[in-house]
Amino acid sequence: MAFDVEAIRRDFPILERTFNGHPLVYLDSAATSQKPVSVLEAEADFYRRHNANAHRGVYTLGEEATELFEGARATLASFLGAPSPSTIVCTRGTTESINLVAHGWGRKFLHAGDEVLLTEMEHHSNIVPWQFAATATGATLRYLPLTDDGLLDLSDLGSLLTERTKLLAVTGMSNALGTLPPLRELIDAAHAVGAVVLVDGAQLVPHHAVHVGDLDCDFLTFSGHKMLGPTASGGLYGRAELLDAMDPFLGGGEMIMEVFADRSTFKEPPLKFEAGTMNIAQQIGLAAAADYLSAIGMDEVRRHEEELTAYTIDGLLEMGARIIGPKDVSARGGEVSFWYHDIHPHDLATVLNEDGVAVRAGHHCAQLVMRRFGVPATTRASLAVYNTRGDVDALLDGLEKARAVFAV
Amino acid sequence: MALDELYKEVILDHYKSPRNKRELPNASSSCSRNNPLCGDEITVALRVDDDVVTEATFQGAGCSISQSSASMMTEAITGSTVQASLDLAASFRGMMAGEVEPDEATFGDLVALKGVVKYPIRIKCAVLAWDVLQEALQGDGAATGAQAH
Repeated sequence: MAFDVEAIRRDFPILERTFNGHPLVYLDSAATSQKPVSVLEAEADFYRRHNANAHRGVYTLGEEATELFEGARATLASFLGAPSPSTIVCTRGTTESINLVAHGWGRKFLHAGDEVLLTEMEHHSNIVPWQFAATATGATLRYLPLTDDGLLDLSDLGSLLTERTKLLAVTGMSNALGTLPPLRELIDAAHAVGAVVLVDGAQLVPHHAVHVGDLDCDFLTFSGHKMLGPTASGGLYGRAELLDAMDPFLGGGEMIMEVFADRSTFKEPPLKFEAGTMNIAQQIGLAAAADYLSAIGMDEVRRHEEELTAYTIDGLLEMGARIIGPKDVSARGGEVSFWYHDIHPHDLATVLNEDGVAVRAGHHCAQLVMRRFGVPATTRASLAVYNTRGDVDALLDGLEKARAVFAV
Repeated sequence: MALDELYKEVILDHYKSPRNKRELPNASSSCSRNNPLCGDEITVALRVDDDVVTEATFQGAGCSISQSSASMMTEAITGSTVQASLDLAASFRGMMAGEVEPDEATFGDLVALKGVVKYPIRIKCAVLAWDVLQEALQGDGAATGAQAH
């Protein structure tokens, strides 16, 4: 199937909306993506025709619900190249997935004197859970610094990644800078010192082909709502032996084998980590999103977005904007943070909104990045498969307008 | 709503030429706070003599709304009693909640910020300085510059 962005756009009903007479120009997909009809229908169809709790009912409807939920898990496993559906734990998204690992693996296997290596470009959700785990275990957090271009500065890798390092937790793509760290190189280096590697795939998975086997990561987290799926959908890939060895995270129904007054035994992964009634409809919607992306082809998604990222960066630079992050599109994705003529991001976003252009203004849950680059916030335009050059032109026109409003 | 109703000339004037934006070495109280939404941080410093705000300054970086609000606030409260300043803060919040119809006599330039009410997410920007003022006036952070984050 030839890539046809106009055909893709027709699958997203929300793109028909207008604001102040202007069509919606949605450039905030890094915060959450829009959803195609097939995802909306998959979720609604579950509620209309198949709704029952999964893993419980003996009746046919319950079996259908279980089959659809487990089918969604299998779709996600195949989308990520995971060796088996049982290596995919269903969660509400990346934040829950990282907390699950920090709790279930971190509190069990980290000890005083151990180190967890993070990077300065991590989202708060890949920092704060490790702070909790470090406090509980006496482990220490260390950070890989950034270069002025927003790349990882690996010049001190040898002294930061050592035999004390028990875990490297690194983003697959920075939500604030767009940077694509050299994952495979980092993962190999971490494994060479015996460290486990978690990749925060919240931004990577929606925009790149990811194969956990080829990457050789030990954990990969992802958020459904950023990859065209419903909110509160997502998951965790974990290497089977690690999931086996970890402690459960939340306790409750369905994750147990037997409960006694003073103790319990637990199911095998992934159910060991799935307490209570799960996000059944959302995971089914997420599987439809994965199918939608697979039908386009993740390489096509990346090609389209890379081309559009280059167009965005060129346009911004031509207008005198300062890009916060790499300018080389081969080393980055479509999350483009910038400053424009000292106009505060909140003011820029308000002016852009007047013409239906939705961008994010803020610190993007990446305050370490903001401090590193000496800014309180940035304006961020983030691209997805349904964006066009026309969207970028609307952004650039809006910037001209802001310049007039603020007379800068 | 047209942008020029939000970004009125007087707002842009205070943004570009903020009044009383400086340190206040002889402050009797000061306070800082940030807006977690955008990372903006504002410090308000006050000199209070015999229950009258004789000097009010602010520092920090932020958007046109938060900066102009802070600038106008320092002008508005200078020369007022502590109670009158707190009353104005309450009225300003009322205006931001759409509950108080501002009159120029009380509000002066601050009337210009009325347009912010139509942009709910920006109300936090407009009230940030007033939050800090209230803390500084009510004494918890007196003179020590307590960081309220």
